[in-house]
Amino acid sequence: MTGTFPTRHSTTLTAIWTIVVLLFLYIPMMAVVLASFSKLRYFRFPITGWTTEWYSKTLESLSVRDLLWTSLSVATLVTVLSVGLAFFGALAFARYDWTGRKLYQRLVLLPIFFPQAVLGLSLLLWFSALGITTSWKTAVFAHMIWIVPIVILIISIQVYSFDSALEEAAFDLGASRWQVMKEITLPIMSPGIVSGGIFAFLLSWGNFPLSLFSTGADQTVPEWLYAKMVSGYTPMVPTLGSLTMSGAAILLLLIYLAWMAIVRRKRGRAGSQ
Amino acid sequence: MNWIRQPGVVAALPAAIFLFVGFAGPLLMVFGYSFMPEKTFTLKQLPTVENYVSVVTDSYYISFTWSVFLAALTVLLLFPICYPIAYGMAKLFGKWAKLVTALIAIPLLISENIRLFGWVLILLKNGIFDGTMQSLFDVSVSGLLYTVPAIVLGLVYVYLPFMLFPLVIGISMIPDVVKEAAADLGANRWQVFREVELPLAMPGIMIGCILSFILVLGSLAESKILGGQAIVMIADDIESAFTFAQNWPKGSVLSVLLIALSGFIVFTLFRRIDLDQVIGRR
Repeated sequence: MTGTFPTRHSTTLTAIWTIVVLLFLYIPMMAVVLASFSKLRYFRFPITGWTTEWYSKTLESLSVRDLLWTSLSVATLVTVLSVGLAFFGALAFARYDWTGRKLYQRLVLLPIFFPQAVLGLSLLLWFSALGITTSWKTAVFAHMIWIVPIVILIISIQVYSFDSALEEAAFDLGASRWQVMKEITLPIMSPGIVSGGIFAFLLSWGNFPLSLFSTGADQTVPEWLYAKMVSGYTPMVPTLGSLTMSGAAILLLLIYLAWMAIVRRKRGRAGSQ
Repeated sequence: MNWIRQPGVVAALPAAIFLFVGFAGPLLMVFGYSFMPEKTFTLKQLPTVENYVSVVTDSYYISFTWSVFLAALTVLLLFPICYPIAYGMAKLFGKWAKLVTALIAIPLLISENIRLFGWVLILLKNGIFDGTMQSLFDVSVSGLLYTVPAIVLGLVYVYLPFMLFPLVIGISMIPDVVKEAAADLGANRWQVFREVELPLAMPGIMIGCILSFILVLGSLAESKILGGQAIVMIADDIESAFTFAQNWPKGSVLSVLLIALSGFIVFTLFRRIDLDQVIGRR
């Protein structure tokens, strides 16, 4: 029968291929974690001696604390500011019908389709022309040029599935603009806002090309890792790499668990009524 | 005056002003610097086109060619790798599709430097691959790192999700009934793929190909971390012009050319697709 596809056979093959590619994606990260427990000062495989001393050395190092603090400050500020701007940006992108919307949609997405290293360098020229000394604060600005459009896109996907009749009904029942925003619009858009926030935080946390040109004398974790990688091996590179990876993993897991708890509570409340 | 009072305009303004100051401004500035005489740090000189001429006469076309070549090669490799997976995620995997999506998105959230460093550890002399081959088969395979294939591997690895996710959106835009109808009318697998799937999934395919092409075009870390001194890509040349050479006009010219090339491709794409349809699936 030609009419019944996909066949079982092709589904299995597709699944196997997907697993192969997923392994391809994760093997290098496992290699980094593996290397972080190696005793030697240089990397050699198979690993002969195991140790966790590099972790304590990395955590005790004052410069590493500075790096983590800088990266954390940048990512936190970027998240808060980007989500704020992108919330309204996404409403304009997907919710309201207005003259100029099609043009706005295209222009707002341009920074995503743009070489980041070139964006970083252009911003460097821009800051120096305006007489602004680059530091971690200018990096916040630089990250946002790239991250705000991405968050707008993510929140927009949520907005598209939004039924505007709900807002209209609330207005008809006498709700004020602010009440509609608080009681209807925000709760419905919250999944998009949360995923936009996660992306904003982690994309900023891991960004290299923009930070490279915009942090000035300050340094973020990816910049430090790059500098060490290019100049030679130190066991602190895989260690700090593993630390930031597990940090990201824990953060994602916590958010997932919190999300599941909220969903369950909501379902429970809806069930009891 | 009524235009400004539309709710859409009010909502669009904050992000629009921000991007105007932070994106349009710097680009205009780079454009301005590209017409300044060599090694000047102000915009107050007489404009000249000598920088544009020297890009052609100097050997900058080499790094440009490498970047375009590697971008095209990466796209050609990524499409067949990603298509089956995207198809599976859109049509076959059912409830597993969410898990696969998450597993492919998570690496995006980890700095590409760390992930590329993983490949360094694998490809390094006495590294994971070499070490395994030595202890299992007693053959040494060093010399994998700092080569062009290593760079291609890194590019395919880093930009895979940027091809995959648009493909998933594209393929999920194909209604199942259309394919079944084609098959019932006697089309074979290949015909269904070429005549039905490809045209209907085209917006997603174009976004995926163009996004990954442009990202590779401007990539920096892959060629530096996995390629060492093997080749120079255009972003690398731009960076050195701005930093080591302290020649802002030269760096600006190269940037303008790269921006023009990417911009041309993106605008061609944007003219052909409707973003409401692709993102909102309406």
